Amino acid sequence: MKLSKSIILPFLDWVDYRLPVFSYARHNLIDYPTPKNLNYWWNFGSLAGIVLMIMIITGFFLAINYTPHTDYAFSSVEHLMRDVNYGWLLRFMHANGGSMFFILVYIHMFRGLYFGSFKAPRELLWIIGVVIYLAMMGTAFMGYVLPWGQMSYWGATVITSLFSAVPLIGDTIVTWLWGGFVIDNNTLTRFFVGHYLMPMVIFMLVIVHMWALHQHKSNNPLGVDMRTPADSIPFHPYYTIKDMVGMGVFFIVYFGFVFFAPDFFGEPDNYIEANPLVTPPHIVPEWYFLPFYAILRSIDNKLIGVIAMFAGVCILFALPWMDRCRVRSAKFRPIYRQFFWLFFADCILLGYIGAQTAVEPFVTIGRIATAYYFAHFLIICPLICKFERPLVPPESISAGVLKAQKGAE
Amino acid sequence: MSISMKLSRTLGTAFTGLLLAAAISTTAQASGDSVKLEKQDWSFNGIFGTYDRGALKRGYQIYSEVCVSCHSLNYVAYRNLMDIGFEEDNVKEIAAEFEVEDGPNDEGEMYLRPARPSDRFVAPYANEKASRAANNGAFPPDLSLMVKARKGGPDYLYGLLTRYQEEAPDGMELADGMSYNEVFPGHQIAMAQPLDDDAVEYEDGTPATLVQHAKDVTTFLAWAASPEMEQRKRLGIKVMLFLFVWTGMLIALKKKIWAKLH
Ligand code: HEC
Ligand code: HEM
Repeated sequence: MKLSKSIILPFLDWVDYRLPVFSYARHNLIDYPTPKNLNYWWNFGSLAGIVLMIMIITGFFLAINYTPHTDYAFSSVEHLMRDVNYGWLLRFMHANGGSMFFILVYIHMFRGLYFGSFKAPRELLWIIGVVIYLAMMGTAFMGYVLPWGQMSYWGATVITSLFSAVPLIGDTIVTWLWGGFVIDNNTLTRFFVGHYLMPMVIFMLVIVHMWALHQHKSNNPLGVDMRTPADSIPFHPYYTIKDMVGMGVFFIVYFGFVFFAPDFFGEPDNYIEANPLVTPPHIVPEWYFLPFYAILRSIDNKLIGVIAMFAGVCILFALPWMDRCRVRSAKFRPIYRQFFWLFFADCILLGYIGAQTAVEPFVTIGRIATAYYFAHFLIICPLICKFERPLVPPESISAGVLKAQKGAE
Repeated sequence: MSISMKLSRTLGTAFTGLLLAAAISTTAQASGDSVKLEKQDWSFNGIFGTYDRGALKRGYQIYSEVCVSCHSLNYVAYRNLMDIGFEEDNVKEIAAEFEVEDGPNDEGEMYLRPARPSDRFVAPYANEKASRAANNGAFPPDLSLMVKARKGGPDYLYGLLTRYQEEAPDGMELADGMSYNEVFPGHQIAMAQPLDDDAVEYEDGTPATLVQHAKDVTTFLAWAASPEMEQRKRLGIKVMLFLFVWTGMLIALKKKIWAKLH
């Protein structure tokens, strides 16, 4: 007590006067006004942030035991699994962390779709989110190549070869990606460097994401702005504790996989060392790419397929201008709400199709699901906006909360 | 609606999502022309599973008397045998039966010396070409990761070893030197049935049946593929217990803090 009064507190004041880290933290993590009605769907952003940190830390320790060379990559991973103390824990946390990251971010994104979090004034926040998502896909793809198993090698072959569809410069791009004329040591080296670099980019993007978030603060289940002090509560302790509850529950699921089913999300083929002479019978990308893989395969023309696949992600950039309904939350949008769930089902269906071999009836179902995917953004959202009669949202968060409490009684 | 109801509803939905993802990835695995594998009751199944010590030792005996003439076990070292109950002296003797190349010595020559416990299992052939030359052009793959590298894992390996047929079904011609196997993809395998009743004589008096042999060698190879499994599950149970208590406390604390509102 004495020590803190006489030395520590004055020192902190001294620092804060020159570099306001403490007032900044107070402003953004403690006093930060947050809508008082956030539900548990609002936990997934902070969970994604926690997993990002876990990935960066476990990734660092994996990297100091890993050898990015085609002759040694596979065996260096086995060395880590067998001979390095708790090496298996690091590797399983990182591998399952990747899958968890995508599950969390997918829920986070569907949350945004449902409650209209992408709408004004949060368009840039949403757009930065989509950039993060793209960066995550690139990172995960490169990471999967590193253990140099059969799926690593053949997945990399299939995906990088897609770029050869680009007119005129396609082959040049592929040669550049590969660092040669075949997938080989140069490819592995640059993927390793890329996989180490991209998470740092994601980290910086997340800071910008937070910056944009704190400008207009969180949206909320009612989708109405915070107007009076009665609408908000300080972030600490209310949401720090709520986020920690989410973290506890998430860790139970995450570590359940890590300790008891660590290869659940993996492919057995990736425990066979890469062999350019043996093609696996069924090359599948990781589960989180499957919907886009289905879009790619449902179009016969390779170039158009590739464009459609990328368009499938990039169309999210345009969403704030496709759905211009002033009411944000699907709670008050009876028609949109139904189409939201249809769209959700369509994404799951695409994922299922992406995992099947390209035979009937899967091809036709995949084509219809692909068409519906794009129609949702390009046709359905604008039309709903035009013809739907939304309910009238409450004039403020506190009014809405009060009404809900009355209704429950 | 109470907060706990909300929480359980939210969790329910989250788990449904997880299950959906699980369903997707299992259907991804189930497609293909796989035969139905019989699920065995492995000692290492489940969250409390451990490797049966007797089976491990017998399994090692089978590997070292039968499979070793064709298959390598590159990622396992002789010293690892101490983890499954072999004495240090015993491991030294086992290793010393094999020779490894070392060097160069002071004269600049490579030389052969007896293997030590720190060496990896010595492979039967110098390289893949040599093993193909000795096996009619077929390549006996390394067995260190076999149990993790096939769909169905231990059940696949057990099926592979026990479900050979003398004759191919009508209408199927087996190529020269090939055998018919019910679970091998395509059913035509270049490995003649490696095990049968009394393939090895067990020191501990366990009846030497084909089924017993297959179970034992599979257990041994499951250990070779996941030597960390026992430690992993033991630690996992502690971590889970901690997480349950910790999360429970956090939920209580959260309720308390939020009760001040409204
Ligand atoms: C005479 C040599 C020989 C012996 C002894 C032998 N194998 Fe094989 N094994 C092979 C060959 C050759 C192949 C490759 C088969 C093919 O690809 O058609 C093979 C393949 C395998 C495979 C891979 C099957 C797959 O799904 O690709 C397994 C597992 C296997 N052996 C296990 C064993 C076990 C366990 C033993 C000891 C009980 C054993 N083998 C003994 C020659 C042998
Ligand atoms: C590295 C991945 C990501 C991290 C760490 C992250 C983190 C966060 C955090 C902590 C929040 C505030 C809490 C919350 O509302 O959930 C947030 C909000 C938000 N994020 Fe993300 N995010 C990530 C990816 C994405 C992606 C891929 C998108 C969309 C494509 C996205 C869109 C949004 C939106 C729209 C909000 C505001 C939500 C609202 O206030 O209703 N984020 N993010």
